[in-house]
Amino acid sequence: MSSSVLYDAPGPKARVRNIVFTVVGSAAVLGLIVFAIYRLNVKGVLEPEVWNIFNNAGVRANIRDGVLSTLKVFALAGVLSLVLGLLLAVARLSDHKPVSLLATGFIELFRAVPLLITIYALWVVFLSYKDDLGVVGENTAFWALVIGLTVYNGCVQAEVLRAGINAVPRGQVEAAYALGLRKTQVMTMLLVPQAVRSMLPTMISQLVVTLKDTSLGYIITYAELLYAARTMANNIIVNGENPITAVVIVVGAIYIALCLALSSLATWIEKRGRRAKTGIAVAAAAEPAEAPGVLDASEGPLGPVAAAPEAPGVPVAPADEVAGSAAGGQADPRDGDESDGPDAPGGPGGPDLGKK
Amino acid sequence: MNVLLDHLPEFREGFIGTVLLTLASGLLAMVLGVVIAGFRVSPIAPLRFFGTAWVTLFRNTPLTLLFLVAWFVVPVIFAPGLNPWTKALLALGFYTSAFVCEAVRSGINTVPLGQAEAARSIGMTFFQTLRLIVLPQATRTVIPPLSSIFIALTKNSAIAGAFSVTELFGVQKLLSDKGFAIAWIFLWVAIGYLVITFTISGLFRLLERRMGVAR
Repeated sequence: MSSSVLYDAPGPKARVRNIVFTVVGSAAVLGLIVFAIYRLNVKGVLEPEVWNIFNNAGVRANIRDGVLSTLKVFALAGVLSLVLGLLLAVARLSDHKPVSLLATGFIELFRAVPLLITIYALWVVFLSYKDDLGVVGENTAFWALVIGLTVYNGCVQAEVLRAGINAVPRGQVEAAYALGLRKTQVMTMLLVPQAVRSMLPTMISQLVVTLKDTSLGYIITYAELLYAARTMANNIIVNGENPITAVVIVVGAIYIALCLALSSLATWIEKRGRRAKTGIAVAAAAEPAEAPGVLDASEGPLGPVAAAPEAPGVPVAPADEVAGSAAGGQADPRDGDESDGPDAPGGPGGPDLGKK
Repeated sequence: MNVLLDHLPEFREGFIGTVLLTLASGLLAMVLGVVIAGFRVSPIAPLRFFGTAWVTLFRNTPLTLLFLVAWFVVPVIFAPGLNPWTKALLALGFYTSAFVCEAVRSGINTVPLGQAEAARSIGMTFFQTLRLIVLPQATRTVIPPLSSIFIALTKNSAIAGAFSVTELFGVQKLLSDKGFAIAWIFLWVAIGYLVITFTISGLFRLLERRMGVAR
């Protein structure tokens, strides 16, 4: 059996055809690479002088500072968004109607508005009340970026956590109430720990998004990695030109390395959680869905009766729906039975991107 | 209220710009994404490699960086003389295509094994299997993630506004530079985006219901 369901173990004819396609395919891919290198060469990007700038201590310090300020924003926004996410998730599931309505409105508004719009609006507000804001006023772009990221990602994390909480079997909640636990105890001792455990891969994937979104600081002129690199490239002249391409390649490599490291952590936790026999299923290491949930029928407080795990409002699909595997480009044929049910994976409101 | 009424033409243009940019780059992303998903499941190793590299590259790069590449690298190195709209289209389309590719690929993987086996056993080739058997069935599972991807695309298109393409974020920037109260501008721009994202999710729900088949 070959690696994919889509094609058979090749016979003699197919093997010849595959070889032909392999040659043509490699030639095309190689051609693309060669063309890119040729063009880079023609434009003088591959000259040794251009790359020599990275030996300069000032350039290195610039890039290091850029990475550090990106990580600073990421760390602060990541932690704050997890805290805000927890608060919002609990608030949305609250029995008190005003609290849950307020949280729902907040989540739906800021999740639907592009992050850049929020960040920019915050920046303008901070700039106009600069003198009254103390710490925030001294570094408006930084705080606009951090608070914008926190608000947006907090809302997404809240939805992820809520999905995790809703996935806890209602029998457990009933058992807890039968034992005489209070509402707060049920939430803090039973629901949240299980939700966090099962949703950890998705939450880390959202943190990857947070990390990528720190680059929006470029637009509000906060000196994170991208902005630092861009201004630096503008100030250097090698062979009569700004080495923007070289700098962009280096910065891109740094971003990709950071994101890959973080998302492989998510995949690792997902794999490890999958082996465990206890607890509710671990979610996929995929970015959570974007669909607005206002129209969902499954709203409502999580009292003694928890929403059923397959409630249509669950924004993140359960774990067994992740389709991709870590096996590089190989397709990952799954059990036929699994996807035979009427509930196609990623059912209503529960889409799910397979993680590489 | 006044900001909206006094600047209705700007808001309208921005709204239309966002819608057009989303539609066009969504189309580009769909085409690229499906083709590359095909690469990723194909029996040809170099193409599989290409697909994997593509997805890894574009999923892990911040969109802002892609915009920088589209603005300052692509015109110099590859194709000079692109207008901003095309550059934004390319950046958004390429970025989103990686996500579309992953969605389509996981959709392909959810089609029951027996279907592809049956297709093969009656003598269909790889392309026939994919085109006639697997992709039509994968469509159903791919629709919910696609809706999510298009909503994300709508929101991502705001970055184009920062790079001087006419759309809703550009309107926000323009009007706040003119000194109008940011709260109202924010509200109206947010409502503009809400209209688009709700329309997308509504359309996809409709599509889902129409294509849903009781099995």
